[in-house]
Formats: sequence, C-alpha cells, structure tokens
Amino acid sequence: MGYSRGSYMTKSKNEFIIEKGLLITALSSIVIIALIIIFIFIEGLPAMESYGPINFIFGLDWSPSDNQFGVFPMIIGSLGITALSLLMAVPLGLFCAMFLAEVAPNSMRKILKPTIQTLAGIPSVVYGFFGLIILVPIMREQFGGTGFSMLTASIILTVMILPIIISVSEDALRSVPHEYKEASLALGATHWQTIKNVIFPAAIPGIITSIILGMGRAIGETLAIIMVAGNVVQIPHSIFDPVRALTSNIAIEMGYATGIHYNALFATGIVLFLMIIILLIFANYLHYKKKVTIGGGYL
Amino acid sequence: MAFRIISPKNVQMIMKAIFWAAGITTIVILLIIIGYVLFKGLPVINLDFLFSEPIDSGRSGGIFPMIISSAYVTLIALLVAAPLGVGAAVYLAEYSGETTAVKIIRFGAETLASIPSIVFGLFGLAFFVIYLGMGWSVLSGGLTLALMALPTILAASEVSIESVNKSYSEGSLALGATKWQTVYQVVIPAALPGITTGVILGMARAIAEAAAILYTVGAALAIPISLLDPARPLPLHLYIIATEGISMENAYGTAAVLVILILVITITTNTLLDRYTKKMMGR
Repeated sequence: MGYSRGSYMTKSKNEFIIEKGLLITALSSIVIIALIIIFIFIEGLPAMESYGPINFIFGLDWSPSDNQFGVFPMIIGSLGITALSLLMAVPLGLFCAMFLAEVAPNSMRKILKPTIQTLAGIPSVVYGFFGLIILVPIMREQFGGTGFSMLTASIILTVMILPIIISVSEDALRSVPHEYKEASLALGATHWQTIKNVIFPAAIPGIITSIILGMGRAIGETLAIIMVAGNVVQIPHSIFDPVRALTSNIAIEMGYATGIHYNALFATGIVLFLMIIILLIFANYLHYKKKVTIGGGYL
Repeated sequence: MAFRIISPKNVQMIMKAIFWAAGITTIVILLIIIGYVLFKGLPVINLDFLFSEPIDSGRSGGIFPMIISSAYVTLIALLVAAPLGVGAAVYLAEYSGETTAVKIIRFGAETLASIPSIVFGLFGLAFFVIYLGMGWSVLSGGLTLALMALPTILAASEVSIESVNKSYSEGSLALGATKWQTVYQVVIPAALPGITTGVILGMARAIAEAAAILYTVGAALAIPISLLDPARPLPLHLYIIATEGISMENAYGTAAVLVILILVITITTNTLLDRYTKKMMGR
C-alpha cells in the first residue's frame, strides 16, 4: 500500500510539473508579443515625442538629413498598394474559392490545392525578383516611365495574397451547411443562383476574414515591394507613380540610420504595428474561426 | 416578372466559364513564375554552383556559404520554435478549457502570426543584436526567425491534436494511464503527421524569409562556423545581388534553388497529410 501510494504521489507530482511546463510554453507567445511591443516602443517613442506624433503621422516631408520625419506619404503608399492589390486579388480569389468549393471536379482540385500551397510558400524575394526582371520592363514598355510603380507593386502583391484569400474563403464556403444548398436547388434555383444568393451570403464572415488577412499580408510585405515600387517618398498622383511603403522605408534606411533617424524608423514600425492590430481586432470581432494552415503562413 | 435578356440557365453557363477561368488563371500564374525562374535558373545550377564559394561578392562563383547559412539559421529557428510551438499546442488542445487566459494566449499567437516580418526584424535588431549583445549573427537571425515560425507550428499542431479521435484518449485514461501518459503515448503519436507538417511549414517560413533577417544576421559572404558569426542566407543573398545588380545569372540560380526547396517542402507536406487523412479515416 505504502509503495503504491508513494508512486502515485510522484506520478501526480510529475503530472503537475509537466502541466506547468506546458503552460510556460503556451505563455511564450504572450511574452514575445510583450517584448516586441516594449522594444519597438522604447526605440520608437523618442522620435515620435521629439517630432510630435501628429507631425510624424501626418507630416508630408521625410528627409532625415534635415530632421524631417513625416510618414504620411508612406502611409498613403502602403494603403494605396494594398487597396489596389485587393481590387485585383479579391474578385479572382473569390471566384477561385467558389470554383474550388462548388464547381471544380476532383481532378482539378488535386491540381489547384498544391498550386495554392506553392504560391503561398514561394519566398517574397523570389516574387520581387520576378517582378523586377519581368514585370518592370513590361510596365515600362506599356505605360512609359521607369516601370517601377504602385501598380507594379500591386500586381506582385496580388499574386502573393491570392493564396490566403482563396484558402480561407474556400474554407468558409465549405462550412455552409449542406441543407441550405439542397433546399435552394430543390426550389429550382440554378447552381449559380444558389451560390450567389445562399452559399455566398452565409459565408460572408469567413470571406471578410480572408480579405482582412490578405490586407494584413499586403501591408506587412517588405522586400518584394522594395524591388518593384520605386520607393520615392511622395503621395502618388496616379497608379503609375513610384511610391514608398512604410515597410520599405524601414528596410531601405535602417542600414545607415543613426540617432533620431534610427528612432524614427522604429516609430515607423509602431505605425505598422498599430495598423495590423486594428485589422486583427476587426477580424476578431467577426468571430470567424479559421481552420486552415498552408505553406509559409498561418492563416 | 422582370424582363430578362439572359435566362438563368445561360447565366449559369457563363458563370461556370468564369469559375473555370479563375481556377485556370491561378494555375497559369504559378506556372509562369515557377517556369520562368526554373527556365532561367536551372542552367546556372550545377555541383560547382552549389558547392563553391562566391567570388567577387557574388558576381561569379557559387552559393555554398548561403546554403550553409540558410540551414544554420533554420535549424536554430526550429530548435527553439518547435518545442515551444508543440508544447503550447498540447497545452491549448489538451490541458486548458476555454478560459480567458487561453483566449489571451490565442490572441497572442494570432497577433504574432500577423506582425509584419520587418517589425520582427526591428525587434531582432533592438533585442537580440543590441540589447543581448549577440551582434549580427546566425544566432540573432535564427532566434528572430524562431519567433516567426512559432505561430505557424502552434496553429498546425493544435489543429492536428484537436482532431485526434477522443475515444483514443478516453480509452487510455480508462486503462489507468495518467493525463501525460495519455498525451505522450496516445495523442501525440496519433497527431504526429500533422505536427510534423506544422514544423515543416514553420521551416518553410524560416527558409523563405529575408526581411526579418536583413538587420539581424549580417550579410557576410564567408561560411558561418560559430553561433556568433554573421551569415547570408539564400533569400537575403538573392535580394542583395538582384537589387544591387551584382549578377543576374547568379540571382536566377539562387531563385531557382529557393523555388526547388519550396516545391520539395510542398510535396512532402502533402504526402504526409495525405497519409494522415487516410489513417484518420481508418484505411
């Protein structure tokens, strides 16, 4: 009796230690987030304070050599590139998701699924490189200018965010209960009418989530954009103008930044971080539980 | 009844064509990108290119130090991120209810997954490189990549652990096994293909990343030996030689190596998941 009781005690003690150990690993994400926030803000806030947060965010002039740190043109650049790429990726992505969820025969699905995974896994630098050697010359010939433009960056980004939009939307379309579709078809609706009027409306929270995730990836993309966007600090007047994104600003200038300039780049990181947090809060508000994980990213 | 020029049946036909067009467009996009990179890059790749050092900052010569650098930082990233990610997934799936604490942990993981890679780079620079004094090194770069791979591994592992048939663990517990014995000997083995897939996806993210290591790993052309040596992983090398116009030929070769790596990873994960699904369905 004494023996088994003793072994039971050690067992439960082991169980306790293991459970707490696992809890610590689970808490690591929170600790990392906290550290990221602390360090980005410690390095970034001095620049915001000395230049003034309003001036920093809405200032039109970015010229570190004259101590001018206004990131507004970059905010417009990031948002412009993102909006333009969503404009192309959302229709294509949604139709592709509907194709996968409703129309495609099995053989087609077997080709498309790995296609989307591979598109998600290709390194962003490879996309940027492809854009640099193929797309930029084409744009230069077609539309004049240097070929480095907001539109060029958006086309590359379209391809990059397509996998997220397709896979999350497809998942949302698939989780619509079968009875809805069957009832609609039984009432004499065509398959397209059923998709448009029944399945699509029921899947809207998931579809919006997919668009938000695509937006997050577009705003966060760095090197692919640097390679094709031209990186001129200006508010673009047309989609053929070169622009600089917030992310690009950090990556381009961090190599030689010192003093307040260095802090201003961390402050640019704060702006990016806040934009992503706003997107996340919005996504969380939709309560859509994602169930897909594919190459290169957590969706 | 509204007057209709096109009957619903014809609309159905048109829409079906549009659906097919969308699907085929996606495939064509991939084929163009992969096809072009491989078409230009494969002729550059040979044993000499893979196993020799770059000459004249990459104008000629090979990419051997970059392959070693990529392997090095990816290994560090996985050694840190895999135990943390799988451990957290086990806790979230097996030990915790839906408490507020768990909701916060999940929000933390989601946030981590959405943070732009350049912000990870900034953090890596401020924290690992400067604050902890690791300098521009494989260690700083690898740890920064670990933070990025963590949410990927966590999410995929959690999904696969949750999908293990509940009757397995109930059977084990009924036989008198403890919670941990059940998790370790019943649940984790059953979820292993899914967990492996998660770790491989995390690996893919670490291999593909360049922005996060731009200011943490340095850009040295030599083969890194110690943990504190600077290095230049493949994507970073591609970025540098392509943007600085050093050698388009070597850039094609490097891009092709990366694309082949990603293709191998995608095929491996698909095969694993295929087997897993079949096993789960009892075949």
